[in-house]
Amino acid sequence: MNHVAELPSGAKHDAYMKIHESEEFAVLRRKFRAFVLPATVGFMAWYLLYVLLSNYAGDFMSTKLFGNINVALVFGLLQFVSTFLIAWAYSTYANRELDPISTRINDKFIGEGH
Amino acid sequence: MSTTASGTVLALSESDTQTLTTALFLVVVAITIGITIWASRSTSGAADYYAAGRNITGVQNGLAISGDYMSAASFLGISGAIALYGYDGFLYSIGFLVAWLIALLLVAELLRNSGRYTMADQLAYRMRQTPVRTAAATSTVMVSIFYLLAQMVGAGTLVALLLGVTSEAITNLTIVGVGALMIIYVVFGGMKGTTWVQIVKAVLLMTGTVLISVLVLAQFNFNLSELLGTAATESGNGEAFLNPGLQYGISTTSKIDFMSLALALVLGTAGLPHILIRFYTVPTSRVARTSVMWAIGLIGSFYLMTLVLGFGAAALVKGDGKTEIADSGGNLASPLLAEAVGGGRGSTGGAILLALISAVAFATILAVVAGLTLTSASSVAHDIYGSVFRKGEATGDEEVKVARIAAMVIGAIAIALAIPSKGLNIAFLVALAFAVAASANLPSLLYNLFWRRFNTRGAVWAIYGGLISCVGLVIFSPVVSGPTTGSALFPDNDWSYFPLSNPGIISIPFGFFMGWLGTVTSRETASEERYPELEVRALTGAGSEKAVQH
Repeated sequence: MNHVAELPSGAKHDAYMKIHESEEFAVLRRKFRAFVLPATVGFMAWYLLYVLLSNYAGDFMSTKLFGNINVALVFGLLQFVSTFLIAWAYSTYANRELDPISTRINDKFIGEGH
Repeated sequence: MSTTASGTVLALSESDTQTLTTALFLVVVAITIGITIWASRSTSGAADYYAAGRNITGVQNGLAISGDYMSAASFLGISGAIALYGYDGFLYSIGFLVAWLIALLLVAELLRNSGRYTMADQLAYRMRQTPVRTAAATSTVMVSIFYLLAQMVGAGTLVALLLGVTSEAITNLTIVGVGALMIIYVVFGGMKGTTWVQIVKAVLLMTGTVLISVLVLAQFNFNLSELLGTAATESGNGEAFLNPGLQYGISTTSKIDFMSLALALVLGTAGLPHILIRFYTVPTSRVARTSVMWAIGLIGSFYLMTLVLGFGAAALVKGDGKTEIADSGGNLASPLLAEAVGGGRGSTGGAILLALISAVAFATILAVVAGLTLTSASSVAHDIYGSVFRKGEATGDEEVKVARIAAMVIGAIAIALAIPSKGLNIAFLVALAFAVAASANLPSLLYNLFWRRFNTRGAVWAIYGGLISCVGLVIFSPVVSGPTTGSALFPDNDWSYFPLSNPGIISIPFGFFMGWLGTVTSRETASEERYPELEVRALTGAGSEKAVQH
C-alpha cells in the first residue's frame, strides 16, 4: 500500500493511540505549543503593526533619526532582526526541549517493531 | 562628443555585451544540462524521483529552498520596485522574509513527519482520498501555473531587452526555450536534478548580489545614509522617496490594497506547494528545521541586499538607463546597476558585470521554473493518477512515468499560456500566486494539523472557497479590466466591480471561514479518530517516511 496514506493496521493504530495518551507526549505537545503559539501571535502582531504604521502613521515613520536614516527604515530592519532572533530562539528551544522527548518516543515506537 | 560618435560607442559596447551575455547564458544552460544528466543516472523509483531519495542534507536543502524561493520577481522585481517607488518596494522584502517564520514554526517539520511526496499527502492522511486529493492537486497546479507564467514572461522580457532585440519572435523563442529546458530538467533529472540546479543558482545569485552590493556601497564609503540621500535626490522625489506611501499612500483604496498585499505575502509562503515539497527531500524533520534555518539566513541576507540594489539603482543609474528602468517596470534595475558600478556604459567592466548579472537572472528563472514544473507533475501523477484514478494500485514506476508525461504536458500548457500573457505584470502574477496559496492552501494545512474536528468537507470547501474567491476577485479587479491601472488586460471594457488589485484581505479569511463552515456542517468520525495518529506522527516523527538507502 504505497500510494494512499496507508490505513494502519490495528496494532499500529493502537501504538499511536498509546503514545497519544502518554504523559510524555502530553508534555511534548505542551512544550511545542508553549513556544510556537505565542511566537506566532507575537511576530504576526509585530508585522501587522509595521504595516499599519507604514499606512497610517506616515509622519512618525518619516521622522529622521540620523543622517537620512528614518524610523521607517529602522522599523523595517528590525523586522529582519526579529525574524532572525525568533528563528534562532526556536531552533535552540527545539534542540533542548523538544528533540529529546520526540527521540525517546520515536525510539520506543521503533523498538516495539513499528 | 557628438551624437553620432556616442551612438557608435554605444552600439559597439552593446554588441560586445550581447556576445558575452549570450555566451554566459549558454554556460548556464550547459551546467544545468550537465547536472540533469548526472542526476538522471542515480534516479530510480518514486522516492528518488519525487523526493531525491530524502537524502539531501540540511545545508543543501537550505540552499535549494533559497534557490526555489528567490524568483525573478525577487531579484528583478523588488530591486526594481525600490528603484522606482523607494521605500514602498521594501514591503515585499519584509513580507517575503517574515513569512518564513510560519513555515519554520507551524509547517516544515510537521509536514515532513506526516506527508510523503505532495501537499495532498498531508491533507489526505485522515480524509477521504478522492475529493481531498482532487482539490489539493487543482490548487497545486493553479498556484504553480500562475507562478510559472510570471517567470516565463519575465524570461522573455529580460532576454529581449538584454539582447537589444524588440522583435516578438525572439521573445516567443525565449519562452519556448525556457519551457523546453524546464521540461528536460524535470523529465530526466527529477527532484535530484532540480535540487542541484537550485543549489547552483542560489550560489550564483548570492555571489552576484554580494558583489554588486559591495561595489555600490564602496561608492558611498560604506555609508548607507549617503547612499539613501543620493538615491532620494536622483530619484527626483526628494525625501518622499525614503518614506512610506509613495506608491500605496495615495488613497484609502490603495492603503487597503497595501494591507491586502502584506497579508498575502506573509501567509502565502507556507502554502506554496513547490516550497512544501522541498521539506520531503531531507531524511528527518530535524534536518528540515536546519534547512529552513539556512534558508532564513540566506533569504534574509539577500533581501537586505535588495535594499542596496534598489536604492543603488536609483542613485547610480543615470541618463538613458533611468528611462530604461522605468520602461521595464523596474525589472532592469539590477542589471543596469551592475553595468553602472562596473564602470558605466561603454566600459569593459560595465559590459562584463551586466552580462554576469543577466546570466544570474537567467539561472534564477530556470531554477524556479524547474521546481514549479516538478511540483505540478508530481501532484498530477501521485494525487490524480495514483490515487484518484488507480486508487493506490499504481506502482512507483508507473507513477513516475506519468509524472514525466505530465511534466511535458504542463510545460507545453505553460508555454502556450505565457506567449499571449507577455503584457502581464510579473509582480502581479507572483502576488496572485501568493494570494491563492494563502487563501486555498494555508487554511486546510493549518486546520488539518491543529484542529481535531476538521474533515473532508472542510478541506474541500476551504481549498475551493479560497481558490475561487481569490481568482474570482482578481477577474473583477482593476488589474483585469478598466482604465484605472493603465495596464489592465482589457482597458477598454470595465467590469472592475472589486476595487482592490490584491484579493488576499477578503479571500484569505474566506478560505478559513469556508474550512470552518464545511467542517461544522458535517460529521466524519474517521477523520476525528485518526487525528491523534496524525498529531503523534507530526510531532514525534514516529512512523514517518525514511530516506532511501542506495
